[in-house]
Amino acid sequence: MNITEKIIAKSSGKPKLEPGDVVFAKVDKVMLHDVSGPGVIKTFEKLENDGVLKIDKLFDPSMIWVTEDHFVPSVDKISAQNITKLSNFTSKFGIKKHFKYGMGQYGICHSMSHEEGLVAPGELYVGGDSHTNTTGALGAFACGLGHTDIAYAILKGKLWFKIPETLYFKLNGKLPDGVMAKDYILKIIGDITTEGGAGKAMQFGGSGISDMSVESRLTLTNMTTEAGAKNGIIEPDQKVFDYIEKRGLTKYEPVFDDDDAQYEKTFEYEASELEPLVAKPFSPDNVSVVRETTGIELDKSYIGSCTGAKYEDLLAAAKILKGKTVKIRTEVLPATISIYKRATQDGLTQIFLESGAVVGPPTCGACCGAQMGVLDKDEVCVSTTNRNFPGRMGHIESKTYLASPLVAAASAVTGKLTDPRDL
Amino acid sequence: MRGKVIKYAQDNIDTDVILPGPYLKLHEHTELAEHAMEGLDPEFHTKVKSANIIVTGNNFGCGSSREHAPIALSASGIQAVLALSFARIFYRNSVDGAYLLPIEIDEETYSSISENDELEIDTNENSIKNVTKNQSYPMKPFPELIKKIIDAGGLFRYSE
Repeated sequence: MNITEKIIAKSSGKPKLEPGDVVFAKVDKVMLHDVSGPGVIKTFEKLENDGVLKIDKLFDPSMIWVTEDHFVPSVDKISAQNITKLSNFTSKFGIKKHFKYGMGQYGICHSMSHEEGLVAPGELYVGGDSHTNTTGALGAFACGLGHTDIAYAILKGKLWFKIPETLYFKLNGKLPDGVMAKDYILKIIGDITTEGGAGKAMQFGGSGISDMSVESRLTLTNMTTEAGAKNGIIEPDQKVFDYIEKRGLTKYEPVFDDDDAQYEKTFEYEASELEPLVAKPFSPDNVSVVRETTGIELDKSYIGSCTGAKYEDLLAAAKILKGKTVKIRTEVLPATISIYKRATQDGLTQIFLESGAVVGPPTCGACCGAQMGVLDKDEVCVSTTNRNFPGRMGHIESKTYLASPLVAAASAVTGKLTDPRDL
Repeated sequence: MRGKVIKYAQDNIDTDVILPGPYLKLHEHTELAEHAMEGLDPEFHTKVKSANIIVTGNNFGCGSSREHAPIALSASGIQAVLALSFARIFYRNSVDGAYLLPIEIDEETYSSISENDELEIDTNENSIKNVTKNQSYPMKPFPELIKKIIDAGGLFRYSE
């Protein structure tokens, strides 16, 4: 079996599983936030009102963690009310791990999961958000779900899963200068399309992955969601163990591919052939080489989200912006407070501010067009985020080009889509 | 179930257009219904007054895990979506939350059904009848567990 099959087999007590099998499996960790959380609360209320269930306690409050990210800082009365509801819910059921806005460490759920070491290699983790796939870079089975499934998972401690087919992406060699993990995952999505991974596991390996930092790997698994995948996953190695141990997670049982692991299909890429890419409006698979789209006039550069505001993403952007002045509206939103702190200690925040960019609090905010910097009609944005469907970042007639932090920063300096190697 | 069709002859209708991001803070089903399909079809609310089935192409509901998407459609009166294929979370949300029936159809069925056709769907017989055109189409049966969850009225009402 491969790593995905082995984790689900372990969690469902089955000796062997094959793609297509359907099983109920024990869930190790569950995440909910200020959108899926109130959804879970509503589901529970409805079940109680309909007389289906009486809910006094959860399966195990210690397996659950909650963060506030989509609508913080609160936008209006409704979003403020959702935060209050979430607080009441976590107090009522004794959920200790609630990361609150304005009270120390908090941030975008998927970045919190690795920054805080909340999910261990080998675990089965589900979250009430589609980009839960991100955490698979630590060698966990990580999968996004809607709030009914999340409600079920926290009440019963288990869920049903269909074992996915696995697509294996092998990267040979080291990424060249100017090229980031974001460019590699855009290349893959451009090749296989937004339906190419539908319902499947996308596994990454090869010398290019061994060479990559944990944070870069998280960019790859994050955007498996855009290919429709059930989960993205990477076999854990010493880099992962060091990363999580540094964050206080010392007990874990890693799972690896068996020698005879099977994949539905294997794709092979040479790192040396990759170059900076963009996904043009209005789909993450509408991919072009930056040098072929150079000159597209922009209104905004956005460096944020679970995809593109980890520490090394900020570091990459800062290297470009150092001593430069931005020509267009530029917003930098570190993904978590821990990343924000580190960026400040290391002088990155100062570089961004000196360049003219705004540095804001962690939030999903503008990535999903919810708040804090949404786009106007006809505005064009280069963004380190993950989706560019119509209206994703604001007005239905706004346009988003998805790119790496290096491209977003280089484009901020010129005001046009720019290959960082040409700056 | 029986009803009229709204047809969207395109692939990849995503959750950002089914229920745009700014409304994710809403959780009352009737409020979500007011914004259903806001990013795709301004006429949706007029159409759905006399129709309850959507027919569409591949990868319907791709993008976010927001359960708001099937809720908004269901609360608007949509009872079934017939698509060439579905995004996995939309499909699962529709079934586990018992909002609507996600039914996979083949290319021939897809091209045969037109806007405003009246369909009769029988999930026990796995048949789709086009009353307007006097045609019948095969329906891909639901996998065993999915069928049981649908029949129970959602995941919480299903017992293993």
